Amino acid sequence: MKYIDEFRDGKLARALARTIAREVRPDGSYRLMEFCGGHTHAISRYGLEDLLPPQVRMIHGPGCPVCVLPIGRTDSAIELALKPGVILCTYADTMRIPASGGLSLFKAKAQGADVRMVYSSTDALRIAQDEPQREVVFFAIGFETTTPPTAVVIKQAAALGLTNFSVYCNHVLTPAAMVHLMELSAAGGADSVRIDGFVGPSHVSTIIGSEPYEKFAACYRKPVVIAGFEPLDVMQSILMLVRQINQGRAEVENQFIRAVTREGNRKAQRLTDEVFELRAAFDWRGLGEVPHSALKIRAEFAAYDAERRFDIPYRQVPDPKVCECAAILRGQKHPSDCRVFGNACTPEQPIGACMVSSEGACAAFYTYGRFRSRTSS
Amino acid sequence: MTTATKPDYRRPLDWKHGQVDMTHGSGGRAMAQLIEDLFVANFDNEFLRAQNDGACFAVPSGGRMVMATDSHVVSPLFFPGGDIGCLAVHGTVNDVAMAGGRPLYLAASFILEEGFPLAELKRIVESMARAAKEAGVPIVTGDTKVVEQGKGDGVFITTTGVGIVPPEVNVSGANIRPSDRIIVSGMLGDHGVAIMSLRENLSFDTTIQSDTAALNGLTAAMLAAVPGIHALRDPTRGGLAAVMNEFARQSGVGIVLQEDALPVRPQVAAACELLGLDPLYVANEGKLVAVCAPEDAERLLAVMRAHPHGQDAAIIGEAIADSHCFVQMETSFGGRRMVDWLTGEQLPRIC
Repeated sequence: MKYIDEFRDGKLARALARTIAREVRPDGSYRLMEFCGGHTHAISRYGLEDLLPPQVRMIHGPGCPVCVLPIGRTDSAIELALKPGVILCTYADTMRIPASGGLSLFKAKAQGADVRMVYSSTDALRIAQDEPQREVVFFAIGFETTTPPTAVVIKQAAALGLTNFSVYCNHVLTPAAMVHLMELSAAGGADSVRIDGFVGPSHVSTIIGSEPYEKFAACYRKPVVIAGFEPLDVMQSILMLVRQINQGRAEVENQFIRAVTREGNRKAQRLTDEVFELRAAFDWRGLGEVPHSALKIRAEFAAYDAERRFDIPYRQVPDPKVCECAAILRGQKHPSDCRVFGNACTPEQPIGACMVSSEGACAAFYTYGRFRSRTSS
Repeated sequence: MTTATKPDYRRPLDWKHGQVDMTHGSGGRAMAQLIEDLFVANFDNEFLRAQNDGACFAVPSGGRMVMATDSHVVSPLFFPGGDIGCLAVHGTVNDVAMAGGRPLYLAASFILEEGFPLAELKRIVESMARAAKEAGVPIVTGDTKVVEQGKGDGVFITTTGVGIVPPEVNVSGANIRPSDRIIVSGMLGDHGVAIMSLRENLSFDTTIQSDTAALNGLTAAMLAAVPGIHALRDPTRGGLAAVMNEFARQSGVGIVLQEDALPVRPQVAAACELLGLDPLYVANEGKLVAVCAPEDAERLLAVMRAHPHGQDAAIIGEAIADSHCFVQMETSFGGRRMVDWLTGEQLPRIC
């Protein structure tokens, strides 16, 4: 595949691996967090850890939209789906998220809820047009990458004058979560975790640009290298981070120059601003209440806001006690540190959300990495 | 002038505009007509012509009998490279062949939905007849039921096959030993991607055709060359990954695959990339995986490549001793990862 295989070249990877091994300090320790689930997936799928020297340790971050969605929000989606006349449209990943009472959207579907798996927000809009007698709700989740397409369908629905379409908005923001992670660490205590540098978001950055990380890097003295999702991108970014750390720099560097600019996609940003506004706070699994970390639909588009239309108040639901998702999402624990990993909690019967999406740290390690026996965190 | 009904006159079935109705499954004349004019006419063999409830045939002496069954509920019914009819023949012929058997006879059972166009049913039955003829396995008995509209999805077909396994052949997923070689007969993922390209919520243009094919000719050639093949299986739902995990568990071994060696068409790889799928998990309907001792591998590979259904055959890995029965893959990138069972459902109603 042209333009894909070039970024998966094993020979180049081994050359990069040799350079990284040569440049790391023999007695050094480099704890690098890949924020995005897409990177977690690439690292596991291509076996990148086999190519890294022992001094470099990758820590999986909270950038998996399915993983950070709190149980209460999935409960509400299920409640919506079970309402008579409602069609709930959702991305496939959300179908198996474990919710309260042993339910999931998948199980709700078996109970008769009309849940439709869609590949894009426009599919949901089309269903609303095709079935005018039904209430069609799009369960919108994701970081800045999936937000503009949601904005587009809300604007289209308004332009078309649709009265049977609404969006249950759960869009969250990356920089706010990164700041929150650093604040948790700065506060010390049980929630703190040492991170020396960040492999920065890939697709998210195509939208927001590299600029929003500049303040973060300067303020917390942590290097950030924005990286593409292909395995060579990740390897090169790790090398760039190692060099910054060795030189005592804490800058934002852009490895993903083929897609990311400093200012990002202005048009997408304008669209997002037009339709959404900041929430005062949003509950994240693993991070708790994070200020200004999510979006809600502006009053102007209230008619398309499922939260207003159906009056579904948010209820906070604690994670199952045995589940270590929270600590794993903060980078404090490795999936193999969790007691239920691989026995009570598997991709078929997930207890925690990190075992659900292929981007989740637990699912990625279970699916691709569990032949490596490891005990340390 | 006297009005007399013509003896034996039946108004022919309307193959252009007619539809299946409840009488076609009721046991009356309409059902008899459908069976005679459609099924017997197309499948045509002495057993069907005898019009008994079952087929009675002589059992060849020596060897063991193998029996396999497969239900087909594919959606859509017609897809690039095939349809539910030929798929229903290939599916069961291949299941018999994967046991090391020579398929002899098939039974076919139809569940039709009221209102299903007779024209489409005819197309499907003709395709089945063609597939059965090509495979050299006659359909010798069958059954037809009709369900009310809305209670089926056009047509469901179940086929059952019997065959003979020669005495010297002992093929089983439990026979694999460390250092055995894994060989796949050709390009992976064609069927799944061909079906996917037609699904209404993800339609995209592709030239990929389903690989649906009967593999009994290929297995006959393979077993003639290497009667001691350890295991054979067709990677249908769950793809190659499922077969590898089944083999590993049945035989209590580990398996290591080489990503570089896996044959995948660029178009299939591209479609999978776009949809976030892994070709290792995508269904095939005309491919097989063979496992043999290392010293037989090159000979087996040569025989497979000489056969039209095995031209792109490749050695893709080997079995290792591993009490965890893990299936691993050396990635082209130079790392190693697991190839686990498929989680959940990649795509429903694929065969």
